[in-house]
Amino acid sequence: MSERKDGPSRRKVLKGAAAGLVTAGVAPTILTSSAFGQEYRNKPMGDTVTLGFNVPQTGSYADEGADELRAFQLAVEHLNGEGDGGMLNTMQPKSLGGNGVLGKKVAYVTGDTQTKSDAARASAKRMIEKDGALMISGGSSSGVAVAVQGLCQEMGTIFMAGLTHSNDTTGKDKRRYGFRHFFNAYMSGAALGPVLGQEYGTDRRAYHLTADYTWGWTQEESMRNATEALGWQTAETVKTPVGAGDFSQYITPVLNSGADVLILNHYGRDMVNSLTQAIQFGLRDKQVNGKDFQIVVPLFSRLMAQGAGENIKGILGSANWNWSLQDAGSQAFVKSFGAKYGFPPSMAAHTCYVQTLLYADACERAGTFYPPEVIKALEGWDFDGMGNGPTHYRAADHQCFKDVLVVRGNENPTSQFDLLNVVQQTPRAQVEYDPAIFGGDLGPYEVS
Amino acid sequence: MDAIFLQFLNGLDKGGAYALIALGLTLVFGTLGVVNFAHGALFMLGAFCAVTVRKILTLEMIATDPEKVTAWGTPLEIRTPYVEAWFGDFGSFMVDYSVPFSILLAIPVMLVIGIVMERGLIKHFYRRPHAEQILVTFGLAIVLQEIIKHYFGANPIPQPMPSVVGGAADIGAAMGMDPNVIVYPWWRLIYFAFSVVVIGAVFAFLQFTTFGMVVRAGMADRETVGLIGIDIDKRFTAMFGLAAVVAGMAGVMYTPLLPPDYHLGMDFLVLSFVVVVVGGMGSLPGAVAAGFLLGILQSLASMTEIKAIIPGIDQIIIYLVAVIILLVRPRGLLGRRGVMES
Repeated sequence: MSERKDGPSRRKVLKGAAAGLVTAGVAPTILTSSAFGQEYRNKPMGDTVTLGFNVPQTGSYADEGADELRAFQLAVEHLNGEGDGGMLNTMQPKSLGGNGVLGKKVAYVTGDTQTKSDAARASAKRMIEKDGALMISGGSSSGVAVAVQGLCQEMGTIFMAGLTHSNDTTGKDKRRYGFRHFFNAYMSGAALGPVLGQEYGTDRRAYHLTADYTWGWTQEESMRNATEALGWQTAETVKTPVGAGDFSQYITPVLNSGADVLILNHYGRDMVNSLTQAIQFGLRDKQVNGKDFQIVVPLFSRLMAQGAGENIKGILGSANWNWSLQDAGSQAFVKSFGAKYGFPPSMAAHTCYVQTLLYADACERAGTFYPPEVIKALEGWDFDGMGNGPTHYRAADHQCFKDVLVVRGNENPTSQFDLLNVVQQTPRAQVEYDPAIFGGDLGPYEVS
Repeated sequence: MDAIFLQFLNGLDKGGAYALIALGLTLVFGTLGVVNFAHGALFMLGAFCAVTVRKILTLEMIATDPEKVTAWGTPLEIRTPYVEAWFGDFGSFMVDYSVPFSILLAIPVMLVIGIVMERGLIKHFYRRPHAEQILVTFGLAIVLQEIIKHYFGANPIPQPMPSVVGGAADIGAAMGMDPNVIVYPWWRLIYFAFSVVVIGAVFAFLQFTTFGMVVRAGMADRETVGLIGIDIDKRFTAMFGLAAVVAGMAGVMYTPLLPPDYHLGMDFLVLSFVVVVVGGMGSLPGAVAAGFLLGILQSLASMTEIKAIIPGIDQIIIYLVAVIILLVRPRGLLGRRGVMES
């Protein structure tokens, strides 16, 4: 017993030597292989990698969510080498080979955001913690995107946002783990402003009806900045509750306000209702200040246009993408999507499809699924062949910059899907801005 | 002044919808004593009668043009509605007037739905506490809206009004003012007139028919009416059907104003209950008066000048007025003694 107290036992010496040998052997490997040896949440161990698609499957945006899910499924097929490959044939540069990602087959799980921040966070958390999702993507609301993005930052999981248009998503609420391919309210204003000036002149008075939440506020601010820069006056800005249904009490004051343009900063069901009711009040038949009264909808989508029916004819707005674009990437995607589902994709579907491919490509380029390395591969990445021309993922705020579409409700549609005409493809340079104007902090690469 | 007049008009058509829904709610509560949270769903089902009629009238023959292809490589489809192909101009007229025609479908359909709902489910809850009635009818409303969403999707489905009344009426010019000072959509004026006619018809039915007299007697004293050999239950079931028809017709006529979706009923439900409570539980005239009163107040509170003084008043005015009225008159405007009082 005393021997044991006075000096190290043979067993302790052997243990120490073994530990020393192991340390000496492994430490250099850790140092040299860097990320490749890192342990991280949901590191793929088998022959599959799981992605989490968090879309509204119930609630007001369920149709948009269904279209996003179709696009995700198509993207997974193409990544795994099934189907015709879609945009994998046009994407440049490209590291993907149609054999999965880093040799692993892509699998996916889905969640229902219900277009509610808390429900979206809960479903994203479930996919990360229970289903092993390595990346989360999707959504149809800025409130949801900001909430899920925050969660993903905390959990060290990359979030490739779906349809979110608020400046805040890549502005004051930007996160290192969040990336947005979709355009934003600032870009809508920057693209639409000059067209509004050309079409309606520089002497106008605008009345804003604005959805009372993050997206509406930033959309109104961006449109005010863009139109006031033209010389327009702002007659009034009125916040309307989300989901108001009947907007007639907000439209009635427009009639005698002296405004000659109504800007509807509404999206989805609110936009369908407010536009329909504004048309019924005869606003587009009115003459005010010696000019024809005009209505502008800054953010348009084809799915919304279907809901508004005849009322969108001739109305100007902006869009991230439209299926009628003639570039090779857009045509390849429309062909794949249309052949599989029988109708063209929406812009929500397009952005989700592209985001999935971009994430997969970044993993291939990084040579790992380790999130900080994938993030670095996405930051500052330039690519083409995915619609809207050459595109840049800005490192400073994780916002994509590409051409923005100014669209007009089609006066003479040739089919039930031919609802928007592209008036102008606004060059990317015209919608770029200094990331400092919206503030925010991306946060760290490494999270505990 | 023009702005006040316009908001007053706006309140009348909004109030018309509130009054029609609240009238049905009150009929059910007054006769059967059931707090029916599925009543908004009946309004929504009526709206979807209009959607269904339009879908039927616009069923299309699909031919393909092999010369042209879509962007995804399939032959281009050429679609022509059957009714236009078969009946020419008359077919186009039917499509144009699909909303008014939908009333013809909505009346029998809603009557059957109302009777089935009452006989199949709600009668089992007559003697149960109001809390259980609310739970079961609220659950039923959710089931109905999910069924509609399954078949019709989640997006609003626009229902155009007849083109002849598609524009706005120049009321100012008709009153000798300058043109375009006071204009108001024709369909909203029609909706207001429609609500007045339906409300008048329901009151006349209850006031001037033997059936109505028995129902009113049953509402006042169910047991005594039963003792003289009248099967009051059957009449009350019919009243549930009538309430469903009123809600359904209100829903049909509202579709050009608000493209219907599965959630339409819930949007109106809470407001309608406030209307019923403010009017006085069980009071038909109270429900109608409160419907129009709250509709008008809600519209006036949305005026920019008023919101400049009290920001956000348009969001709370209805509930604020409800609180004040219930403080001053705990039974509501025209509430009867003993209703929902232990």
